[in-house]
Amino acid sequence: MQPLIYLDNNATTRPAPEVIEAMMPYFTESWGNPSSMHAFGGNVARPVAQARESVAAFLGAERPEEILFEGCATEADNHAIFGVTSAWGQPGTIITSRVEHPAVLGPCLRLKEQGHNVIEIGVNAEGLFDLEAYAAALEATPGPKLVSVMWANNETGVIFPIQRIAELGKAAGATVHTDAVQAAGKLPIDLRSVPVDLLTIAGHKMHAPKGIGVLYVRRGTRMKPFVLGGHQERGRRGGTENVPYIIGMAKACELASTALTDGSEKQIAQLRDKLEAGLLATCPDSRVNGCRTNRVPNTLNISFEYIEGESVLYHLSDRGICASSGSACAAGSLEPSHVIRAMGVPFTAVHGSIRFSLSRYTTEAEIDSTLRHVPEVVAEMRALSPFVKH
Amino acid sequence: MWDYTDQVMDHFRHPRNVGVIDNPDGKATVGSLACGDALTFMFKLGEDGKIAEAKFQTFGCASAVASSSALTEMVIGKTLEEAEKITNREIAAYLGGLPDQKMHCSVMGKEALEAAIHNYRTGEESVVQVHEEIVCTCFGVSREEIERITRENNLHSVEEVTNFCKAGGGCGMCRDRIQEIVDEINHSAAAAAAPAPATKKMTVLQKIKLIEQTLEEQVRPVLRKDGGDVELIDVEGDVVRIAFRGMCAGCRSAAITRDNLIATALHEFVDPAITVVME
Repeated sequence: MQPLIYLDNNATTRPAPEVIEAMMPYFTESWGNPSSMHAFGGNVARPVAQARESVAAFLGAERPEEILFEGCATEADNHAIFGVTSAWGQPGTIITSRVEHPAVLGPCLRLKEQGHNVIEIGVNAEGLFDLEAYAAALEATPGPKLVSVMWANNETGVIFPIQRIAELGKAAGATVHTDAVQAAGKLPIDLRSVPVDLLTIAGHKMHAPKGIGVLYVRRGTRMKPFVLGGHQERGRRGGTENVPYIIGMAKACELASTALTDGSEKQIAQLRDKLEAGLLATCPDSRVNGCRTNRVPNTLNISFEYIEGESVLYHLSDRGICASSGSACAAGSLEPSHVIRAMGVPFTAVHGSIRFSLSRYTTEAEIDSTLRHVPEVVAEMRALSPFVKH
Repeated sequence: MWDYTDQVMDHFRHPRNVGVIDNPDGKATVGSLACGDALTFMFKLGEDGKIAEAKFQTFGCASAVASSSALTEMVIGKTLEEAEKITNREIAAYLGGLPDQKMHCSVMGKEALEAAIHNYRTGEESVVQVHEEIVCTCFGVSREEIERITRENNLHSVEEVTNFCKAGGGCGMCRDRIQEIVDEINHSAAAAAAPAPATKKMTVLQKIKLIEQTLEEQVRPVLRKDGGDVELIDVEGDVVRIAFRGMCAGCRSAAITRDNLIATALHEFVDPAITVVME
């Protein structure tokens, strides 16, 4: 069997062996309920409390009780948006961006149906956030306001100026949420200097398993619980704590902190840049989507003109390479990626956009192998295309 | 990943008859870069009048490539009259089936074949008539095409139409229009299949009771929300006299309410011949 080259880390990541190791005792030995009034269960409460402290430290949160463990990042995004807006008791305004993840766009659509005012801020051709339009929207809307803008984009890796977005939002009296799922572990996050009220991260995008998300809620943020029916998470999210995954999440945060300081993340950027330069040099009519100087270090979104993404992915898969596409067919819908379209990418390139996303487990040999295979696939697909002048 | 059959993956990995023919007898391109899939199909006839050679070039997903490749294999050796009879379902069946959302790939093959034959017979580039009503502007799908696909594949919902020809899968503005077209076709099919039910003869008393019941169940709940009410004054044959009460009386939109709400309800639940007169 050919080796697997996994370059789809914005979709999900390999669970770190250290994370799995840390989790195992909570499946096999310490499987009690932390709320129990006996030592067997109660003893599990302490590691959960320590895990909360680790996650708080990773994010630069002031207190551990600002950390809520949830089922996934989509739940955390839903909790943030519905929790804040339902505490208003009146219609208000939600300001978001046109390139958000569906976990944010979905709840915003529901709120619009319920009579709230939803404003989507656009991006420019490089995928950069339109701060001017955002400031104008803040100024033009009276009444309660929620801002929900992502920290880094999942498809292009483009980083939004979240510090400035939060400062402007707070100055206008808004509650500010950011979906930081694609930023966590790739960029330093310090909530002491970034004044957001709410922040979402996902375990499985940073080498913990699927099934755990975190919602940071700054002390004093007015919001209602989203999952009702339990005293857990101080009544803000009912449901027995998912102990092994909470322990795994904390371990993943510790490992990510180390990787951000020991140079691992720099190495990812070097490999990404090598892949990018190599593909641009060997595949004619290709273009990078998204601002190249303001991106998370692991992401490359590249369009190969005149060919279609799904076909490219299937051929790469046959060669053991895992990537992703903003192409309509690959997404199971008929419309190509809303992110790529919001950037005004020319229609010749929209359907052929491919996303490569690396991790600290990616090796140079894997990048070299990818650089040999991709140009072959692109040439093969172009030989089939009616739009290439042969 | 899609649940593609082994045949689809085989035709995708090893497409047959890729390329172009010098001086083809018939040639057509359907789809476009903007739509996300496109197929150029061409053929050459042998001296026996059968398709001797067929070639294609495709821009699109794995099932689009596989459908195009299958099409070329299916038509070679057939006369144009035989080839013309190939349906999109047969192209899908040749590949062991396609996922529902990918049926439009087989339709693209069928359309390219038709257009290429049309090109051979008339010399015209395209079969799309300019006077056709374009229903889906995102993917350029005409009313005639939607009607044909609905009939041939016995479709009932907008989702199914989208799976087969992509219409309605873009901005979604045309989805209501597509539903109308699908409903029309299904209604006329049902009407042709079953004889019209015999009209029930009602006594005047039964009719008045039914009208009163319909007003109570269908009309009053809506009017009461706005503080209004309605009273049945008289029934003479098919003429039903109604008076509005409360907030509805003298309201300028009363006539519109009467037409839309009361007449629709009485037509549906009592008798289509009823005329509503307001006191």
